[in-house]
Amino acid sequence: MEHGSELPVVEAEGLVRAFGGRRAVDGVSLTLRGGECLALFGPNGAGKTTVLRLLAGLLAPSAGSCLVGGVSLRADGGRAARSRVGLISHASMLYSALSARENVEFAANMYGVRRPVDAALRALQAMRVADRADSPVRALSRGLQQRVSIARAIVHEPQLLLCDEPYTGLDEAGSAALTEALGERRAHGAALLLVTHNLSEGLAVATHAAIMRRGRFVRFEERAQVDGASYASAYRELVTADA
Amino acid sequence: MPDATLDRARVAGAGVDATRLPGLLRATWLVAHKDLAIEFRTRTAFFSALVFALLGLSIFYFAWDPTAVAAIDLAPGVLWVIFTFSGLLGLQRSFGVEQADRAMDALLAAPVEREAIYLGKAAANFLFVAGVQVIAIPAVALFYNVPLGNIWLALAGIAVLAALGIVAVGTLFSAMAVNTRLAELLLPMLSLPFFVPIVMAAAQTTSRLLAGRPEAEAWPWLRILLGFDLVFVLACTIAFPYTLDE
Repeated sequence: MEHGSELPVVEAEGLVRAFGGRRAVDGVSLTLRGGECLALFGPNGAGKTTVLRLLAGLLAPSAGSCLVGGVSLRADGGRAARSRVGLISHASMLYSALSARENVEFAANMYGVRRPVDAALRALQAMRVADRADSPVRALSRGLQQRVSIARAIVHEPQLLLCDEPYTGLDEAGSAALTEALGERRAHGAALLLVTHNLSEGLAVATHAAIMRRGRFVRFEERAQVDGASYASAYRELVTADA
Repeated sequence: MPDATLDRARVAGAGVDATRLPGLLRATWLVAHKDLAIEFRTRTAFFSALVFALLGLSIFYFAWDPTAVAAIDLAPGVLWVIFTFSGLLGLQRSFGVEQADRAMDALLAAPVEREAIYLGKAAANFLFVAGVQVIAIPAVALFYNVPLGNIWLALAGIAVLAALGIVAVGTLFSAMAVNTRLAELLLPMLSLPFFVPIVMAAAQTTSRLLAGRPEAEAWPWLRILLGFDLVFVLACTIAFPYTLDE
């Protein structure tokens, strides 16, 4: 890790988010340091994506606090905290009429990245899609669009990467490029929160694993303490119970 | 940002320097430039609005009985009604491009002030509406044989003021309507009542200019336009961040 490893990258304390009378997230606390990866599992509607959106600053918490890199998501309208977060989702979050390069350059400019043109090219190269940099996004396959989307999310070298089912739509090469890019970011001190339904995919990269149910963490442990088979059966029981 | 916050941002070692984050004007420019680039590539909204404006003009023209109503009385109303409805087409698309593939999430996650998103969208919409006007106003003059020779500069000024008011209100309502199932219906329903003072003031000012009336007669209407712009540009900029809360 380069620097800042002694400070947690993200510290969330008692996060609550209610929609009307329903609490989608109900008292979630978590701390991640540089290089750590939390794989977050849970049935549909458990509140995983809401946690992600709270940490990304897209939703304001009803209660609780969250610091990213020691900076509150509420300070200065959350700008400083948001500048160190990268968001990857199953939706590409790209503009289909613009080229891959233009999309990533736009993101680089919005994050105040130095030399945005070079940074965009580097990010596209990291995702092995630089050869299609000038193609309009609408002309790219779903998998290539997802790679461009990941390039957009990492162009500002975020300290916290929030990934909501990032492997959706990726082929083998795309998955390998994503795993490599995430690994590189972690090696540079970034923390990773990975939301997925795929237990083996999540546990393969995680340093911590958590299961959410009805807005709460019902399990949270270090990866080393997790046995894949028993974890899978516990997870299945939880999902079945909610079905 | 307070110094202490900035210091902590540097210490934590983010990939970007918090002191380099785009300010309000820079972010406004980035959003506007992006929206105009998208429109320039697709040209769908501009051509739709332009074709709508010209078709509307034609319909009004063929429904017009020149023996009953003088062109100079009809043209101002036609011009600003056409202008308002064609402008709605562009406003509809303003936040529509952010909905596809949830690009809005990436925009909101970026470390820029929310007001910059509104102002950038409004600036792009303004240029869009102004582009339609550049063609629609001479077309009205042509259809209705209205001489614009000595009033074209004043008319351009009215057009700028009217466009400002329309995009200020329309951009805000476009953001509010886009997440609803009835966005295409909701935007006109929300916007049109607010457009009434603009259309009225612009049409009244234009008719007085065309009739060669004293300038003093046009001033009260012009003041309404100016006041509307001032109030709604400020109010909508302040209100915009609250429309994004889920």
